[in-house]
Amino acid sequence: MLDAGGRAPLLPQARAAFVEALDQGWADPRRLHAEGRRARLLLDGAREAIAGVVGARTEDVDLAPSHTAALHTAVLTVARGRRRTGADVVTPTVERAAVLHAADTAVAASGGRRVDVPVDGLGRVDLARMVEAVGAPGVALAALQHANGEVGTRQPVAEVHAAARRAGVPLLVDAGSSLGHTDVGDAWDVLAADAGDWGGPAGIGVLATRRGVRRSPVAPEDEDRWFPGGVSVPAALAAAVALQVAHAGRTAADTGRRALVDRVRARVAAEVPDTEVVGDPVDRLPHVVTFSFLYVDGEALVTALDALGFAVASGSACTSSSLEPSHVLAAMGVLTHGNVRLALPRGTRGEDVDRFLDVLPGVVARVRAAGGVDGL
Amino acid sequence: MTDDAPPPVVDARGLRCPAPVIALAKAARTAAPGSELTVLATDPAARHDVPAWARMRGHAMVSSTEDDGVWHLTVRLGDAPVA
Repeated sequence: MLDAGGRAPLLPQARAAFVEALDQGWADPRRLHAEGRRARLLLDGAREAIAGVVGARTEDVDLAPSHTAALHTAVLTVARGRRRTGADVVTPTVERAAVLHAADTAVAASGGRRVDVPVDGLGRVDLARMVEAVGAPGVALAALQHANGEVGTRQPVAEVHAAARRAGVPLLVDAGSSLGHTDVGDAWDVLAADAGDWGGPAGIGVLATRRGVRRSPVAPEDEDRWFPGGVSVPAALAAAVALQVAHAGRTAADTGRRALVDRVRARVAAEVPDTEVVGDPVDRLPHVVTFSFLYVDGEALVTALDALGFAVASGSACTSSSLEPSHVLAAMGVLTHGNVRLALPRGTRGEDVDRFLDVLPGVVARVRAAGGVDGL
Repeated sequence: MTDDAPPPVVDARGLRCPAPVIALAKAARTAAPGSELTVLATDPAARHDVPAWARMRGHAMVSSTEDDGVWHLTVRLGDAPVA
């Protein structure tokens, strides 16, 4: 399993917490009876634990039914809350699709524009253009991911946050691929993250909002103001336990996986002809690496690797239900076909990565031969 | 070679990635260095992948336009294409 991006294997401690909470926290936390209060205590404890790791106050942490919902709500509620100040939403072109689509929805309502900011060949936002866009008049909010989950490149969040603060514009930082793997720092006004990515259960997203960021609900009235209906208490508790475990073991997991990614980058580039290994080789997430093979059909490659027991992701159009390739690879100007993306789960063993690297050149050669591209 | 003749066209309409790039690369193998080639493609990946291929092979992008769902991507082949 080399494809843990957004859905990592559940950490055993999180599984134990989930099962325990099915007994202790099954009730509706909105109820006033003893069982309801117990569920409420567990839910608030989960928020407190997550707040402790991200460096926020417990009351500033909301739990969402998914990372996508957290991002949508972040963009839409802040844009609406600041509609008298500005109508535009600033988005680098490599932001997650959920951010880009929510920005489209927000500006359709506000009458503003989605201001796209380009990236360089490593996938890093053009800092000068970003600072300029954030400081322009009429901006409701700006978004900048902490690091790109497809190519691993870290973004200059501290510099952009400083510029946003000077302009009085809130900065949404999508830490969906970072939290639990690396230090996300405190250069954010709104922070979103994904429990499924750090080894918690799927179905819990995090939205932390600094005091002073104005936002207005966009959903119908509900006791759970930002995420109507609330979230599963056992899932929330398991997400918090997983984050604490991931955070405590972060340094060791970071060092181990960083070295494995270095090995992947070096061997793939050296051993497979006509390959682009993309993203920043150094200033990157510890566990994410992606590369593209010229003239290779991504779907055939993923299928062939799966048959050999290797689960990998791909940003190639041929592997998705849509015809469009990864917007991240396209924005970087790198090959979109023949793409393979690895997100190493915590505890990935070096011998498993070596086995993958040993078979990869032969698999690529077979897919190329089937496509009749010898000598091109 | 006449300068005003339109560049040879590789018709890759209806083919899915990476077939348009492969078709273009096959045509480039027998074309003269420095000449231009145009590929027509309906696959949306082609407009990203043809420039990336050109960069990897030492060719230059000349133009990239879309007309009614068909991409017209023109490259000028390098003087000494990378083998």
